[in-house]
Amino acid sequence: MMDAGPFEILISALLVLGGVFALVGSWGLARMPSLMTRLHGPTKVTTLGVGSLLVASMIFFPAIHGTYSAHELLITLFLFLTAPISANMIAKAHLHRQGRQIDPNPMDDIAEGLPKTGLGTGWATFQGLDTDKLNIPR
Amino acid sequence: MIEIAVLFAISCVGLAMALNFWRLARGPTTADRILALDTLTINAIALIVLMQIQQGSAVYFEAALLLAMVGFVGTVAYCKFLLRGDIVE
Repeated sequence: MMDAGPFEILISALLVLGGVFALVGSWGLARMPSLMTRLHGPTKVTTLGVGSLLVASMIFFPAIHGTYSAHELLITLFLFLTAPISANMIAKAHLHRQGRQIDPNPMDDIAEGLPKTGLGTGWATFQGLDTDKLNIPR
Repeated sequence: MIEIAVLFAISCVGLAMALNFWRLARGPTTADRILALDTLTINAIALIVLMQIQQGSAVYFEAALLLAMVGFVGTVAYCKFLLRGDIVE
């Protein structure tokens, strides 16, 4: 049924690669000691793995069924554009919560708030922010 | 050969989702849980793509596309809520 001819080995290799990358990314998420290190696995490795699976699908459908759609390309593009943004947002939320000493994580070595910048001014990400007016969830 | 590769990839992604669920339940911080949810969405997209290769149909690509978009918006909304205590200010 699935006879892709010369593309068969390429598609299979991409599928195996994608599966292994997705697994390694989630393993990093489960195994790493703190959030800043945990961010590495899902945002880079898993994204690359899913990209590999989507490329395999992009080769598979024209080679076997003769149909082509741009959906895989759209999903790949969207994932590769949004993964760094969401990683940045998660890191910033984490940083702010550690700076306000909500959610301390001893493994990050900044359990007592963020370290001093050594420049006389505070962290730029907290400037211009009236913390008392915000209703931050604890 | 492709059948075996698809089965291997599906088991890998399934195991990855189990690891994500473990991190989602364990935490310890809220940002960890958001990250686990984001990764779960990406793995769900991978599972949909693999299911389509296995069945040879291209019906569910819209679902994968929607999942990619809604997952991103959800992650950003969660992070905004953690940062400001409010999503739409």
